[in-house]
Amino acid sequence: MYLESIGKYALMLKQVFKKPQKPKVFWENYFKEVEDLGIKSIGLVSFISFFIGGVVTIQTARNLDNPLIDKMYIGYATLKSIILEFSPTFISIILAGIVGSYIASTIGTMRITEQIDALDVMGVNSLNYLVLPKVVAAVSFYPFLIVISMFLGVFGGWVVGNMTGMVLSNDYLTGIRYTFDSFDITYALIKTLVFAFFIATIPSYFGYYVKGGSLEVGRAATQAVIWTSVNIIIFNYILTQLLLS
Amino acid sequence: MIEVKNLYKSFGNKQVLKGISAVFETGKTNMIIGQSGAGKTVFLKSMLGLIKPDDGYISFDGRIWEQLSLKEQRQIRKEVGVVFQGNALFDSMTIEENIKFPMRMFTTMTPAEKKDRVNEVLEQVNLEGINDKYPAEISGGQQKRVAIARAIVLYPKYLFCDEPNSGLDPKTAILIDNLIHDLTVRYNTTTVINTHDMNSIMEIGEKIIFLKNGHKQWEGDKSDIFFTDNKDLNDFVFSSFLFKRVKELVQKEGYFG
Repeated sequence: MYLESIGKYALMLKQVFKKPQKPKVFWENYFKEVEDLGIKSIGLVSFISFFIGGVVTIQTARNLDNPLIDKMYIGYATLKSIILEFSPTFISIILAGIVGSYIASTIGTMRITEQIDALDVMGVNSLNYLVLPKVVAAVSFYPFLIVISMFLGVFGGWVVGNMTGMVLSNDYLTGIRYTFDSFDITYALIKTLVFAFFIATIPSYFGYYVKGGSLEVGRAATQAVIWTSVNIIIFNYILTQLLLS
Repeated sequence: MIEVKNLYKSFGNKQVLKGISAVFETGKTNMIIGQSGAGKTVFLKSMLGLIKPDDGYISFDGRIWEQLSLKEQRQIRKEVGVVFQGNALFDSMTIEENIKFPMRMFTTMTPAEKKDRVNEVLEQVNLEGINDKYPAEISGGQQKRVAIARAIVLYPKYLFCDEPNSGLDPKTAILIDNLIHDLTVRYNTTTVINTHDMNSIMEIGEKIIFLKNGHKQWEGDKSDIFFTDNKDLNDFVFSSFLFKRVKELVQKEGYFG
């Protein structure tokens, strides 16, 4: 059953990655998707990132209370946690929930209300028309979103560290510059690109092939979030093993 | 003209279409009638290429669908207009964008030409001035007319309507029937209507095909229905008191029309 689904997903991708029938229409849809899938998520991602950055700083400070350990390591550990794991992986899982359910339910509703049939009988490649702009929008925009999340996470850590007095500003700033490795950013962005691809395609798959009524659309949205998250977690491990070990 | 020959379709063990053959004539409102579960929707969707038949073929003016390349099939699709049972209007688009959609995808018309054509078809379906509304903001009858406007915007050679009157009040239903009939005559389309609405059949049924359990049981025009001895068709069409009385009167007068 799983193999059948993987095969069907691969066949779906084959239809998705075809040359758009009307490039002008594709780019119009692309910018609309950037707004729906990306720009509208900036607020929530920023809010979560800032506070999680603060929480990471507090937790790290509590665990590094040995007077022999320099306080700058709080900044260092916060930066590493946010860049390597929190921003690319956990923000992607949050996006899988928000954006994934949105994609699966909108495409699923189009399916059960015959809007996809209408596209097909007109001679429009419905998969290419509906899914390709979402994939390109997610893959091109989410790296920016994750960079914003990284910045705000680290900034949140600095603000909270100062407010609580757990780490001095100078120590924190020294820590985040200590042995800074730019490959960390590259690694995070590679993960983001892969996760963005899943966030756009897996929910599209569940929405596109839904059968039944509104209840099934709801179930498809839930399944989409579950399977997108599962894939993000599995590929997070695989990519980490490949890129960091 | 659309010709269907020996069409078979099964889903698992259930055979839905059992060798249906039919000819749908150009410039006429052709109707497929039958009870729920008779195979009407599967038959219509097979003609639209949304369901692949197990056997048999469909020919559009001599062009056999199954023998055409994808490019040729796409060309035929551009000649097809469809009015879906649930209208299938794109909720994220305004009425004007919905009607413009086929022109955006398949023509090189200028924005002004597209706008003019949108206004022209909206006028034909008596819906001027709603260009900027969304489908959710207009009534079911208006949505149906917008769906018809979108279906005819590229001057289709073939017009398919699936239950065009479902969910409409009798007055609006007759309006929609007459609109479809007028457009069929005006554009000389081959119109195929899937319905079980008796009023529609009596109003505009120029050629009627009756399906039962996946078989074609009968074909004729609306006046033939009153004089047929096909029991299944009589049970289906004249099941209500009103239509039984109409039948008695027509048979007494000897003609319908």
